[in-house]
Amino acid sequence: MADMVNVFLFGKKYEVPSDLTIMEAMEYAGYKLVRGCGCRNGFCGACATVYRIKGDRELKACLACSTRVENDMYVATLPFFPLIKEGYDIEKIPTDESIMMQLYPEIYSCVGCNACTNVCPQGLNVMQYIAYAQRGDYKKCAELSFDCVMCGICSSRCPAGISHPQVAMLARRINGKYIAPESKHLTERVKEIEDGLCADALEAIMAKPVEELQELYNHRDIEK
Amino acid sequence: MIFTDEMLASMKKVEAARTANIALEPRRMTAEEKDALLKKYHPDYRDDAFVPIRVGGNAGQKAPEELNAMLEGRPRVLDMDIDLNDVYYDVDVLVIGGGGAGASAAIEAHAAGANVMIATKLRIGDANTMMAEGGIQAADKPNDSPAQHYLDVMGGGHYCNRPELVKKLVTDGPGAIQWLNKLGVEFDKTEDGTMITTHGGGTSRKRMHAAADYSGAEIMRTLRDEVLNRGIPVVDFTAAIELILDDQGHAAGAVLLNMETGEVRVCRAKCVILATGGAGRMHYQGFPTSNHYGATADGLVLAYRAGAKLLYQDTLQYHPTGVAFPKQIYGALVTEKVRSMGAKLINAEGECFMHPLETRDVAAASIIRECSDHGKGVDTGAGKAVWLDTPMIDEIHGAGTLEKRLPAMLRMYQKFGIDMRKTPILVYPTLHYQNGGIEITVDGQSGVENLFVAGEAVGGIHGRNRLMGNSLLDIIVFGRNAGQQAAKKARGVTVGKLSLEHARKYQENLEKIGVENQAASPKLLPDYTRKF
Repeated sequence: MADMVNVFLFGKKYEVPSDLTIMEAMEYAGYKLVRGCGCRNGFCGACATVYRIKGDRELKACLACSTRVENDMYVATLPFFPLIKEGYDIEKIPTDESIMMQLYPEIYSCVGCNACTNVCPQGLNVMQYIAYAQRGDYKKCAELSFDCVMCGICSSRCPAGISHPQVAMLARRINGKYIAPESKHLTERVKEIEDGLCADALEAIMAKPVEELQELYNHRDIEK
Repeated sequence: MIFTDEMLASMKKVEAARTANIALEPRRMTAEEKDALLKKYHPDYRDDAFVPIRVGGNAGQKAPEELNAMLEGRPRVLDMDIDLNDVYYDVDVLVIGGGGAGASAAIEAHAAGANVMIATKLRIGDANTMMAEGGIQAADKPNDSPAQHYLDVMGGGHYCNRPELVKKLVTDGPGAIQWLNKLGVEFDKTEDGTMITTHGGGTSRKRMHAAADYSGAEIMRTLRDEVLNRGIPVVDFTAAIELILDDQGHAAGAVLLNMETGEVRVCRAKCVILATGGAGRMHYQGFPTSNHYGATADGLVLAYRAGAKLLYQDTLQYHPTGVAFPKQIYGALVTEKVRSMGAKLINAEGECFMHPLETRDVAAASIIRECSDHGKGVDTGAGKAVWLDTPMIDEIHGAGTLEKRLPAMLRMYQKFGIDMRKTPILVYPTLHYQNGGIEITVDGQSGVENLFVAGEAVGGIHGRNRLMGNSLLDIIVFGRNAGQQAAKKARGVTVGKLSLEHARKYQENLEKIGVENQAASPKLLPDYTRKF
């Protein structure tokens, strides 16, 4: 059994094993989670959490599923944050900076405080990707923001009221659809399938009895 | 350092043998060797973990005991006061579940002009789709074809797959990738636009498309964004606890429970699409899981009570490489892409004991054998495990490769003080996927009229073992299909009088066979309170 530590969940003290994550510590203490718990492994951003260690001035942020408890940790979860999400038609939007000016004009009010970058639990350079979005450089914005789990902690700290994850989402979709090069082999294969050119080979293999299929499978050549 | 002395000693052997192990091309097992291995070591073959189903359309067949407990559970609606005349939501198409299949279905139903809504137990995107790391298959390279893909799928599934469903999967695969790309999904490409593709276990062509190791997350967040852009209503934190049928026995909606307030509301729909996902949080046979918090097989239970049939409900996928250490991420997924990129499985003695890209069932059984009868596992404190020699990746492809292609894995371990570029990691199988599920026809409909199913809740596409990358593909292909078909069908549907009589009758049948101590069903969420 691991050592016990004191954690303060929403200010109330609980004694929990030191080898638990914050999420597990809440459950150990008796919480039955509905909000603030999704993939439990750092991909979904449901468990945004802020905390302070007693005696330390700095406010820290993390994902509760991926962070171990510490002694004298004061924890508050942030299971929802009111991000601004503007609607748009991906087929019709302009792909230059005018779309950001139209949908998310507040990004131009960034004061450069870097609070977003400092709290990002994924360690992303959030302020820099917003700078790229301001200039309409969506490829760079997409690259820097790619690992974003949209937990919203950055936005909770932003004095300009920017919804960074939604800005990045728009940039990535523009990049994926309009800026990244077309995959010609994909376009061609889709056309071949639509033209029925792949059907005969498929019908032929489907018509084989299982023994023949097994034979084919067991001796198929495997690309190096 | 968080590793034990035993781990460090074993790690030294792994390091010493690394150069030789990189050069080694391990033999692939023969069909006979694989069969014998599976029968002896794969958890699906453990008779004591399964019980016969006693009521309903699959009576006599076996199911995991935890699933059967839900099939024999007490329908939650029987203890509630529900007025079916008080219809709160009235739609053409109700999609239950907010993962990749549900979102794809909703987008297509909306595009076809249907009035569609999504009800989901947690948030849209809280789903196994979000956690899929490695990639998505599709036969779009010149040396590949849908027929070649078909052969891999059937062989991997032990020839039990429903051929018509596989045909649709492989034929619509390239179109699914194109659809995602046109929505803005950022696939890994070279400068000239060629998709960067790799192998998965059991593939004969490199057809695994990826978005680093956030493939599912990238797909899911894009689909979610599109659902929101279209203004499709998403009723979140709201679980379906029973399907509603009409007086003809056709699906006609669902009873929806607010997970936070307990409020119950009736949704009437001309067609229902179940996209409720998998079952990892049922922890079959006590395994840890790589699944999201809500993966509790709810859809299987609801559909079964409504009269749909299950298929291969007794086959589960144990992903060979779940995290075995450290404890805080026990059971989490280490993507197969780690092996696609060249890392090999190594035992406590530093020996490479198998080809790293056997199919998942074979790889899992082989690891279990290594840790049990072969006695060559490493003690983690919670059991035995084998090494996945991740430093091989940068040795083979050059420094920086792992960081670029596997950022999520690197970050996951770094949070707990382990640098997987420098030290190997300890892995053991984790409950990952429900191979079986609800039986459907190629139009996506279950045995219940107007009840469609898509995604992990479906059985038959993958036979008795799914290949890596075919799940992300299946949720898109069959999610879109269900949305299109349901929207089309809804145009001709007139809903009759709403009824929950089927749930009452089902309960009567349970009582006839003397079922006692029923748990509330469906499960909705696992109970971790005061555990650990």
